[in-house]
Amino acid sequence: MSSAQDTPIMSAVAETRTPEVAPKTPLRWRPALEAVVIPSGAVVAALVMFGIFCAFQGRDAFKVYAAIFKAAFGSWYSFQNTLVRTAPLMLTALCTALPARLGMMVIGNEGALVVGGVVATAAGLAVQSASMPVVIAVMLMAGMAGGGLWITLVGLLYYKRGVNETISSLLMNYIAIALMNHLVNGPMRDPSSLNKPSSFPIPDEKMLPNIGNTNVHYGLIFGIIVCLIAWVLMEHTTFGFKARMIGGNIRAARMAGLPVARIGLITCFLGGAAAGIAGMVEVAAVQGRANESLAAGYGYAGILVSFVARHRGLPIILVATLLGGILASGGILQREFTLPDATILLLQGFIFISILYSESLYGRIKFFKEPGA
Amino acid sequence: MNHGSIGWWGVVIGVLAGSIRGGTPFLLVSLGECLTEKSGKINLGLEGVLLMGAMTAYAISYKTGSSLIGVGAAAGAGALLGMIHAFLVSRPKVNDIAAGVAMLIFGSGLAFYMGKPYIEPTAPQLPGIPLGFWSSVPQIRAALSISPLFVFGVVVAFVMHWFFRSTRWGMHVRAVGDAPAAARAMGISVGRTRFLSIMVGSALGGIGGAHLSLFYPGAWTERISSGQGLMAVALVIFARWNPVQCLWASLLFGGAQSIGPSLQAVGISTGYYLWNASPYILTLLVMIATCTTKRTLVGSPGALGTSS
Repeated sequence: MSSAQDTPIMSAVAETRTPEVAPKTPLRWRPALEAVVIPSGAVVAALVMFGIFCAFQGRDAFKVYAAIFKAAFGSWYSFQNTLVRTAPLMLTALCTALPARLGMMVIGNEGALVVGGVVATAAGLAVQSASMPVVIAVMLMAGMAGGGLWITLVGLLYYKRGVNETISSLLMNYIAIALMNHLVNGPMRDPSSLNKPSSFPIPDEKMLPNIGNTNVHYGLIFGIIVCLIAWVLMEHTTFGFKARMIGGNIRAARMAGLPVARIGLITCFLGGAAAGIAGMVEVAAVQGRANESLAAGYGYAGILVSFVARHRGLPIILVATLLGGILASGGILQREFTLPDATILLLQGFIFISILYSESLYGRIKFFKEPGA
Repeated sequence: MNHGSIGWWGVVIGVLAGSIRGGTPFLLVSLGECLTEKSGKINLGLEGVLLMGAMTAYAISYKTGSSLIGVGAAAGAGALLGMIHAFLVSRPKVNDIAAGVAMLIFGSGLAFYMGKPYIEPTAPQLPGIPLGFWSSVPQIRAALSISPLFVFGVVVAFVMHWFFRSTRWGMHVRAVGDAPAAARAMGISVGRTRFLSIMVGSALGGIGGAHLSLFYPGAWTERISSGQGLMAVALVIFARWNPVQCLWASLLFGGAQSIGPSLQAVGISTGYYLWNASPYILTLLVMIATCTTKRTLVGSPGALGTSS
């Protein structure tokens, strides 16, 4: 992304010592702090702008903040509500985050989620007589394969034909939704679903259960595990190092003999597979069947999560929880403040703009410079 | 609806009518995108601009009773969003594609938020220009009732073509897009040129939105745009950054969009949802066919997609 614009060798070097590396000297805390303070500050600034907007709409901004907080994290019940939304956000965020580390901006999250969900449904229905763990495992594999191949296609178009990956992945979102509509209105349609055309349902007893006696399903665990794997892979393995090197300078990486296209395609597959799991989880734990509810906007919110977390797996877990809370508060804003449901989307827009603006601040605030560096 | 009298001609007429009706928003956003990209920046946020334009046009037309004021307000709303985008991309290290995604979310959020009260009421619509007066077949008359904004778009296409080729300002925009450093050395303000290009481009996108809510489909709903602003980016590549070719490309895309509904109108609903995907598939195919990894595309502004 932005690092590709720096001087070639400089940025490749800079990439090799990202702030997450454990501090070697006591003085390294300031640059490390920068990576925390700038995004957090941007989110706070966005909340302030949103508050001003609310004030213009005649709502008490502080009451709105309080309501969002209460609806998101105020009680164990509402926190569970948040966590249910966190799972798909973490997984869809990776669909942007992983390719972003090698300089590709893929925003086909929604499409990969939908394809993953539909393929997982088809596979789950095919083996529905098997035991629950088998059904879940088959659905998981199918969802990963579906979402993964969908985004691999984006990568193929990019590496083979030079098709801009952002535009192709966005177009493929619409194609994925059209395909799903075609399937649930035709070949996969359950004739008893009248108002909302849907596929046949996954049997209730074969669905992904909740963790213990909570209302939170196992999708959360899937999400956390996948984020951790993504983090280790990208930050602490040679594969991740190669991928980041491509992101730093694709020409230098080619010169160094890296198989750029292969690494790119694998990364695209992994990102798409993560979003595919999100779709699978939505079917296997929440919806029970494939229908248009799959395209609920988790994909687009995932893009935002990835950007706020600066495309790193570990922060994604935290940011997805925060944004999950904001999404969970939509109902309250509607009921208590008569704010339309698009308020949440607008707040996301504020955060996104603020985060992008903050990208221009890195390296410009003196305090964060390593003394003597 | 009775289409029996003209049978399969209904499909042909439907697609032709659709290419003009449905092509108008494509035309206006692609012209806006063309102007923006000529100055060296990409605006993926035109989707948000289109939605915001559609909502503003509808709301203002409803409040004032004048669809013309609605169109003007849509242009203003587009220009405002364009200013935010222009400000963001003028900052160092801010990727214009990412800024576009942010503006897409922000613009649609704002449009949905402010447009909530206008989903029910009916606003005054733009009058059609009846080019089908010579025919007695109602389908043809309906098909040839042209949006005034289509005429506006055609005029803008030719004016913009002339602007780029034969005017000093047009040359400034091209210089900024092709070689910002050289333009700066010539004394052209790169920042201001880009700011104005993005702003005017977004205003055109806003007018495209006005066509959606004030002419066809002619009502404000949250699903009114469905990606037409995004397709503009691909359309401009297809049109090789040439405003007049944007016109032909828009007609093609508008036609592709109306294949599904036209077939359904004569009773063929097989693959209805797949036909709905045809503009997206067409866009993708166009990009696969025209892009290459070997060299930069003919007509592509030199600094496009770089941070200079």
